[in-house]
Amino acid sequence: MKLRSCKFLLAVLALALCGLPASRVLAQGLTLDIINGVPSAIPITVVPFAFESAASPPSTRVAAVIRDDMVRCGKFRTLSGPDIVEHPSHGSEIKFPTWKLLKQDYLVIGRERDVGGGQVKVSFELWNVNTQKQMLAGAYTALPEDLRGVAHQIADQIYQKIIGQPGAFYTRIAYVTTTGSRKDMQWSLIVADSDGHNPQVVVRSRQPLLSPAWSPNGKELAYVSFESGDSALYLQNLATGQRRLISGRKGINAAPAFSPDGTKLAMCLSFGGSPEIYVMDLKSGQLTQITHSLSINTEPRWMPDGQSLVFTSDRSGQPQLYSEPLSGGGATRLSFQGENNSDSSINYDGSQIAMVQGNGNVYRIAIMDRKLDNQMRFISPGPMDGSPSYAPNGSMLLYAATDNNGKGVLYEVADNGSVRQRLALVDGNVQSPSWGPYRVPPSAQP
Amino acid sequence: MKTFARISLAALLCVGLAACASKQEVKPQAPEATPPPPAAPVQTAPVSNGKFTPADLETNACLLKRRIYFNFNRANIKPEFDDIVACHAKYLVDNPGARVTLQGNTDPRGSREYNLGLGERRANSVEQAMEALGANADQFTVVSYGKERPVCNEMTEACWAKDRRVVIVYTKTE
Repeated sequence: MKLRSCKFLLAVLALALCGLPASRVLAQGLTLDIINGVPSAIPITVVPFAFESAASPPSTRVAAVIRDDMVRCGKFRTLSGPDIVEHPSHGSEIKFPTWKLLKQDYLVIGRERDVGGGQVKVSFELWNVNTQKQMLAGAYTALPEDLRGVAHQIADQIYQKIIGQPGAFYTRIAYVTTTGSRKDMQWSLIVADSDGHNPQVVVRSRQPLLSPAWSPNGKELAYVSFESGDSALYLQNLATGQRRLISGRKGINAAPAFSPDGTKLAMCLSFGGSPEIYVMDLKSGQLTQITHSLSINTEPRWMPDGQSLVFTSDRSGQPQLYSEPLSGGGATRLSFQGENNSDSSINYDGSQIAMVQGNGNVYRIAIMDRKLDNQMRFISPGPMDGSPSYAPNGSMLLYAATDNNGKGVLYEVADNGSVRQRLALVDGNVQSPSWGPYRVPPSAQP
Repeated sequence: MKTFARISLAALLCVGLAACASKQEVKPQAPEATPPPPAAPVQTAPVSNGKFTPADLETNACLLKRRIYFNFNRANIKPEFDDIVACHAKYLVDNPGARVTLQGNTDPRGSREYNLGLGERRANSVEQAMEALGANADQFTVVSYGKERPVCNEMTEACWAKDRRVVIVYTKTE
């Protein structure tokens, strides 16, 4: 319930601040774009959920949302509409030989019914087709407009049961859109569901906005705004819309990144003469300078243990990735392959570092596997890809790309590169994406 | 209105002094990535003491050029832009109260944050060159937009060349 009022507040805030309906910036043109067949993907069927009340069913099709989640993470393949030949909604109705014949390993079934007060109860079951055993069963009660969130939470449970790691479908993403002509450009910072649905305007400006960074609890965003005429760092509470200036020093104030415990913010500041990495204690505002190289040092990212930072520096002539412990001791170069590497994203356990690798005029997202002798593999085709951002479970990444018409779009890609989903605006650019942390379901909030 | 008055004054002075010889040497400009600005609407000549005045900002062929272009991932000023740097530096020396903002920009290749650094490096490079010619550090404000304000949206070298620029913006002319 608390979350709902937050959403409402955000919408009202957007209207109040900008006088424009949030629908102007609705994420449009969502398409699921399967790049490669994935022979090793796990076959799972999500049967459309039965609606068991007399009233008309809600417009959100819970099973379809779950099915899309399963597919876009790259670890599953699903049967689509006409191939789903039977529609059981209770375990007792499942005819296992049918699903064995269709070579399915898992089956998700469910049902919805009206429980009064405008609420819908969604019940679901996960079955193993081979053992014919129920693996999961559960239920959520929610308002119709929250059913997408319910579907993502069910998808997370299924993912965790089968893969053995937490799902990250019930999460949010932040990104920046630009609309309008060059003389009349408008920047908007948006927060949306992980699949691009339910976009909400966080801030809107006639000057550039970039580099949103999530606080670890998902309640705040730090970002760069040029509203004062130059770059400045702001920290904004998503629920209330209240914000404060973190740094508006002379020169660059940019590249925010929260420490894993949320008490510090790493950033790039150039008031000292060159862009260097600093860490600010958010309570006291005290700054500690980390790099002293007189070159460009930016894009700090925290290692999961909070003890060191990975950042981009051109101290060797070209941008490359370095790491440096907060306790001092100097920087170690991490990236050696390719002409230049920048804009890293570190997965949840630090075993993988995604980055933008540039070779000539081709910029692609590469993942360095630190457990496999720093082996690099590309997961995006280029030629102008950037801003990779890991989902909190490391199973997917979000990144920015420029399409053939010069338009900025986002892609969500499975960490094995197998499946890509495009997120685009009909009449504008989408850029600077950032994947948020795990989200606390509204029912679990105090 | 002020500008108009000054232009009129300059024109009057010009008429009064009849065929005053040009003391301000304006060297021919090397070809650059963008078409040159339109020709000045009035015939001008510097006032007799050889100092630039605010009116010259509207009329002087060199001062009308406010963009300096760079090579990819570089911040050094190419020789063909030395004249532009020099005439604006002279203007700042001649008009100690004048203030400029140097806006650094990059092409879209590379990350947003790295390009903020690169844009600043380019603007700093222009500031340092002007200071070496006598302009005062107090006269400058540097803003880097990085790749956030492209002038061109095609993915071609010709387009990128236009993006890699420092724009000189006068915020106070005297």
